[in-house]
Amino acid sequence: MGEKLLVTSSPHLKGPKTVRGLMLDVILSLVPASIAAVVIFGPRSLTVILASVVSAVASEAIFEKAVKRDVTVNDLSAVITGLLLALTLPPGVRLYVPVVGSAFAVIVAKQIFGGLGTNFVNPALAGRAFVMAAWPLQLSSKWVAPFTFDAVSGSTPLAVLRSGQTAIPSISDILIGNRLGSLGETCVLALLLGASYLIARGVIDWRLPAGYIGAVFAGAWVFGKSGAYFQGDGLTAVLLGGVILGAFFMATDYVTSPVTGKGRLYMGIGAGIVTILIRLWGTYPEGVTYGILFMNLVTPLIDRFMVPRYYGYVHDVSLRRKARAAGRRA
Amino acid sequence: MVNLRRGFGGVKLPDRKGLSAHAKIEDAGIPAELVLFLSQHTGAPSKPFVKVGDAVKRGQKVADAQGPVSAALHAPTSGIVKAIEPRYQPVLACMVDAVVIEPDGKNETVEGLAPVATNLHAVSRQKIVEIAREAGLVGLGGAAFPTAVKLTPPPGTVIDTYLLNGAECEPYLTADQKLMEEEATTIVFGFRALMKGAGAPKGIVCVEDNKPEAIDAMKKAIGPFKELDVAVLPSKYPRGGEKNLIEVVLGREVPPPPGLPLNVGVIVSNVGTAYAMAQAILTGLPLVERVITVTGEGVARPANFKALIGTPLSYLVEKAGGFSGTPGKVIMGGPMMGTAMRGLDVPVLKGTSGVLVLRKEQSAPEPVLPCLHCGKCVDSCPLRLLPVWIASYAENGYLDEAEKFRAVDCCECGACAYSCPSRRPLVQSIRLAKARIAERRRAAAAKKQK
Repeated sequence: MGEKLLVTSSPHLKGPKTVRGLMLDVILSLVPASIAAVVIFGPRSLTVILASVVSAVASEAIFEKAVKRDVTVNDLSAVITGLLLALTLPPGVRLYVPVVGSAFAVIVAKQIFGGLGTNFVNPALAGRAFVMAAWPLQLSSKWVAPFTFDAVSGSTPLAVLRSGQTAIPSISDILIGNRLGSLGETCVLALLLGASYLIARGVIDWRLPAGYIGAVFAGAWVFGKSGAYFQGDGLTAVLLGGVILGAFFMATDYVTSPVTGKGRLYMGIGAGIVTILIRLWGTYPEGVTYGILFMNLVTPLIDRFMVPRYYGYVHDVSLRRKARAAGRRA
Repeated sequence: MVNLRRGFGGVKLPDRKGLSAHAKIEDAGIPAELVLFLSQHTGAPSKPFVKVGDAVKRGQKVADAQGPVSAALHAPTSGIVKAIEPRYQPVLACMVDAVVIEPDGKNETVEGLAPVATNLHAVSRQKIVEIAREAGLVGLGGAAFPTAVKLTPPPGTVIDTYLLNGAECEPYLTADQKLMEEEATTIVFGFRALMKGAGAPKGIVCVEDNKPEAIDAMKKAIGPFKELDVAVLPSKYPRGGEKNLIEVVLGREVPPPPGLPLNVGVIVSNVGTAYAMAQAILTGLPLVERVITVTGEGVARPANFKALIGTPLSYLVEKAGGFSGTPGKVIMGGPMMGTAMRGLDVPVLKGTSGVLVLRKEQSAPEPVLPCLHCGKCVDSCPLRLLPVWIASYAENGYLDEAEKFRAVDCCECGACAYSCPSRRPLVQSIRLAKARIAERRRAAAAKKQK
């Protein structure tokens, strides 16, 4: 036998999930929402999405070449960042918004710190926060009427609610996407389809979105109606705005969410609380971006304190108690 | 039927037992050379008392146990002691003294080898422990802990349950499965002997649900004995690991190292050990052979052999039809916890349960990506540890933090590394941390003694 044998540490079997495979699953899960965006708001949606994705991938490649690192666009994480950012923008937005936003997201929120696995906040949301601050009008007025593709400068249902009026579309309209809104957040059904795919494939932990949606629902239900408690419309609060998109696709970014199941649940709840605080008592009509960004920053703290009870902990605690008691008696 | 509890973590692995599950146990025969390491069990090495040139017969003791935690060593077949020299021990990965025997092909059994009893009533508890010690019995599940020592826990320990581990949760391996299918009655005899030796009133046979014929065979074999029961486990890795087994079957948790199952009143032994115990009582034969699965996509005819301890891997692979395709990895043990071999010129040890040959295409190394912090390793760790942090701390030299996150508790099952999408070498990093922590503790203890 003249062949050389490979000698590596155990285990010698590797699981079926790879980084590329996980990213592909996420992209696949966003396809229904992207298709819905094109169907509801017209071909401009596709232009916005493509501009965002191309800018994200190009920025990553150019930056990595510039700092002499391996170009890693093949792992598809930049594609996802670009796609997610595009889905949070209004359909009529000028193209420089997604291009600059994606570049900021990929370079400043991720690559500067070391690339994949080192971002300290969700890159897509960081990009959105940047463009929200830089071009607030682009993000609050470039709406497009559903199915007729006319540019409209009215308010989204969320803004309408905020101003105290109650003339918002019906629940079925909200679910299908027959209303004003950004590319990705409008067709809730498409988002839920993608989300169930992700959960079924084991890509995301259901506890995070459950905590988030539960907290938003509870907060809106308890405090939603001004002047009275427990009379708010929790369901509408969850379906409007970017809650579904944020809960299932943004907050669940691996790098910026906790590593334990319980930790993820608490992160979801925390993000939901901040979102409700901003929506009900802040000046923005939409609080998802900052809710998730805030909990991204808190994640390391959660990880520090959410240490599971290791196997055998039961004995360690009782042994220590016995030792202390014995010490006291001595 | 035993009620099972929920265990944490674990991964569902591809079974791959179909390759050798239908191969009946066959005799491997006598190779040209047998290498018996003096250190192939947990504890102090054995002390040889034969000399080069001595003639030995099958079942003859060639080395004695040294100290309380050690095991005796016996010649598997008749021949001449060719040498007593250092040879490369694959699991300890260093040169270890070994008794090298050149068989003469006559396979003569040593005089005086006779059955001790055919009925358990004829042997006392002390006699069973003595037989286990004299026969050089060690745990055949892999760790090779001297059985006689296991059967005599520290005074004051009460053992209330004995678990017989027939789970065989590693993919590809079918040695225990075939042994249970073909020798269930003998295994049960040996199990009851072990229980008597330990003084345990209750025994549970644990099998995974991917072995239906074995389950039926064992259920039939324990029929007449009211103190025995069968627990059928869902196939998840590593439910067959001793700590996980106790958690799932009995709902108890073994204290962290240096805690042992005896601290919660349990002893666990492999089905192979029970079979060897039965052989030692029923025929008087000491531990000189065991069932080994030679399997993998890289061998032409996967088989389950009854092989002599000390048989070289090259002999067994040839018996299994030789290589199929280009071999990439040869693993002693299962694919999750086995050791990769440098070559085939290493012998089978007492604790070797399988030889796995993987093709080159199956064993190509994958690039390592940065940690995604996805938590899949945390979700899969059966001991509820945080492999992500232990490995990161170990890789960056932070030994104190690695110790605080309980690196020492890790059983190296590999479930974390299996689940890692970035293909990070988690088990390797944790092993490194464990080794460095142990070294540090030893140095501190030595300093304290001075």
